[in-house]
Amino acid sequence: MALPSWFNAETLATLLASIISILIVVYTTYYRRKDREFRVRTISGLSAVEDAIGRATEMARPVLYTPGWGGDIQRPTTIASMNILSHVAEKTAGYDCRLVYPTHDPVIMAVAQEVVKESYTRVGFPDRYRSDDISYVSSSQFGYAAAVDGLISRLKPASIFLLGTFEAESLILAETGNSINAIQIAGTDSTIQLSFFIVACDYTLIGEEVFAASGYLSGDRSILASVKAQDIMKVLIALFVLAAVVWSTVETLAGQSLSEWWVF
Amino acid sequence: MGRKFPLAVCFLFGVVMFIQYFSQSTAARNLNQTILDYWQIVFAFTLIVGVFSFFKNNVTHISRGADRPYRVVGLIGFCSMPILALIWGIKADTPFMWMFENVQAPMQSTVFALLAFFVASASFRGFRARSLPAAVLLISALLMLLSRSNIGGYFSSGLPEVANWVRDYPSMAARRAILIGIGLGSLTTSLRVIIGIERTWLGGEK
Repeated sequence: MALPSWFNAETLATLLASIISILIVVYTTYYRRKDREFRVRTISGLSAVEDAIGRATEMARPVLYTPGWGGDIQRPTTIASMNILSHVAEKTAGYDCRLVYPTHDPVIMAVAQEVVKESYTRVGFPDRYRSDDISYVSSSQFGYAAAVDGLISRLKPASIFLLGTFEAESLILAETGNSINAIQIAGTDSTIQLSFFIVACDYTLIGEEVFAASGYLSGDRSILASVKAQDIMKVLIALFVLAAVVWSTVETLAGQSLSEWWVF
Repeated sequence: MGRKFPLAVCFLFGVVMFIQYFSQSTAARNLNQTILDYWQIVFAFTLIVGVFSFFKNNVTHISRGADRPYRVVGLIGFCSMPILALIWGIKADTPFMWMFENVQAPMQSTVFALLAFFVASASFRGFRARSLPAAVLLISALLMLLSRSNIGGYFSSGLPEVANWVRDYPSMAARRAILIGIGLGSLTTSLRVIIGIERTWLGGEK
């Protein structure tokens, strides 16, 4: 079958994988969610969120939450971080604990202000919301790191959430938080920065855990359904990799290529 | 209506950007470029929001007396650079460039240099072999450090090969597993946003 002329044939595999993924997400979201309970394994970093906010409340110190310098609002990690922020803001509103949110991006600041304001209103404490605690500090990487470091050193927050896309500033922030004995919950999509967070923070959300956090914390069935979709896709990828390994082994043993279209 | 319109715009642009990725037609490429250009324009306007917020936030805190010295320094830097640029321009040998090269750049380098000390302190804590995973981390790190320095070859000529194997197989396998998880998480989050299930970005509605 000939492909239409406007279609880029090099993207055919990507298109097929995308369609399969979309179908799985839509299926789990709109069909399976009706009659199935979704269970997510215990994620210690997310289970510790309430303890971290409770600790800050008891110590009469603020909670500091920052999304890192590496992302902007269209990045999925930033959106996942906003979901966790929404939950954290509900808790800080309920406990009357100050929430400080410095960021490097004006759009993230505006969205975070709305998210926090909505969360404070949802739990019935709109008067506790302080818009100037959610602030833009600098778009420069180390200007941002210096500003957040300064806030950590002066405010001495009891709990710090480092959730988003981080680059070289990750360890600077995490070690400063560690130096004031703050309980730190971190999570990022950068595999390089993950190792820094693991040694410097109390809890680290690794990779997909950041994206599952929204459903885990809220219990929203639609979001949990998409977490289930991720699991299904992971099984498919594992089966595909296994098939590729077997195929490659057979080809090696046969000493010749057995297919023109499946080549390693 | 307040929620439906942004959701509709998000869905429309999500679908259009998805489709154009698979197209090689000139029209699709032009559309992609136009949307990216508009994104740059929108971002430039959002900087105005950031600048206004930064100014207002610092003035408010100074009037309250909170962190006054730091915020005064911040405001001086914030105001002086555009003033210098407007009066003398931003070319070489102007006061703006002098400030950039002799104040801003060294300050940024100083903050970056802190990383070296923080790596040392974090490594010290991370490498205390109190558990099996920490011991594995310590051994792997020592192996890497030795293999990348001249002293490694002194102990054994096979050390760099062992270190390369650790990096290319167990370490890479773990990294790829995390990357696949991140990729799938990003994919499902993006789909949730495009089809309107995920609405936190609109201001917190669940």
